[in-house]
Amino acid sequence: MMTTRTHETEITVDQDVPLVRITRDFDAPPEKVFRAHTDPDLVTQWLGPRRLEMRIDHYDCRTGGSYRYVHAADGHEFGFHGCFHEVRPAELIVQTFTFEGVPDEVALERIAFTDLGDGRTRLTSTSLVDSFAARDAFVASGMETGVREGYERLDEVLAAGAA
Amino acid sequence: MAPDPLSRVFAALADPTRRDMVARLAAGDATVNELAAPYDVTIQAVSKHLRVLHDAGLVSRTRDAQRRPVHLEAEVLDLMTKWIERYRREAEERYRRLDDVLAAMPDDVEPVPPARSRLAQEGTS
Repeated sequence: MMTTRTHETEITVDQDVPLVRITRDFDAPPEKVFRAHTDPDLVTQWLGPRRLEMRIDHYDCRTGGSYRYVHAADGHEFGFHGCFHEVRPAELIVQTFTFEGVPDEVALERIAFTDLGDGRTRLTSTSLVDSFAARDAFVASGMETGVREGYERLDEVLAAGAA
Repeated sequence: MAPDPLSRVFAALADPTRRDMVARLAAGDATVNELAAPYDVTIQAVSKHLRVLHDAGLVSRTRDAQRRPVHLEAEVLDLMTKWIERYRREAEERYRRLDDVLAAMPDDVEPVPPARSRLAQEGTS
């Protein structure tokens, strides 16, 4: 496990299983945090990157439901869709996640809402994919140009090391 | 499939023995024999692990006559840490927006939006 922690959001990138886990505490009870995940009007306010317009095609967050949304920027559109496999109010959301640019890949996401008492909630979001390459690509797809630069820099370092 | 560089680094570090070797090399260069000493494995097995680490760009061998110590390419590890940190920052930004959304919501909110409740009871309205 490789863990980086600053402030509150904690990321765990497992080295034995292709998953990424994000843990974060919120000063709100599980009911509110859950609602912010299920109400499309609220989801659009936080889920997408700030510089991208997020447009929800549909967002039916209940067991057996599905969703699709689009991030738009500079005339380009990036679609994402998935199914809600298990939705338990204020407790758990199990869903799939596919970036339509890579339609054959799917991540299994588990979002757990843990009541910490005193009106606080711990959100544990786990994304599991079927290969390390897919995991790394997935992580990269949700990120900005910084990642590409990171890859390029890594390529340079590796190329220099091989010489 | 030709995995990208970062995937090779992750794959190389997927093995606990290799992670341990990297941790020890972080303290300083070491020869293959020195690296093999704490493990109940053959020199060949250690060499095989080193080859995976080398192919991922994580270690190099210096041309120091016979000793040829193994050197950790710390910059590659740093880049991976930075990569994870960028992902973390992205998540942190997203969750700060969620903080704002939560702060603006009324206290006695239902966990499921009313529209969804109506949908669940479709046919009753």
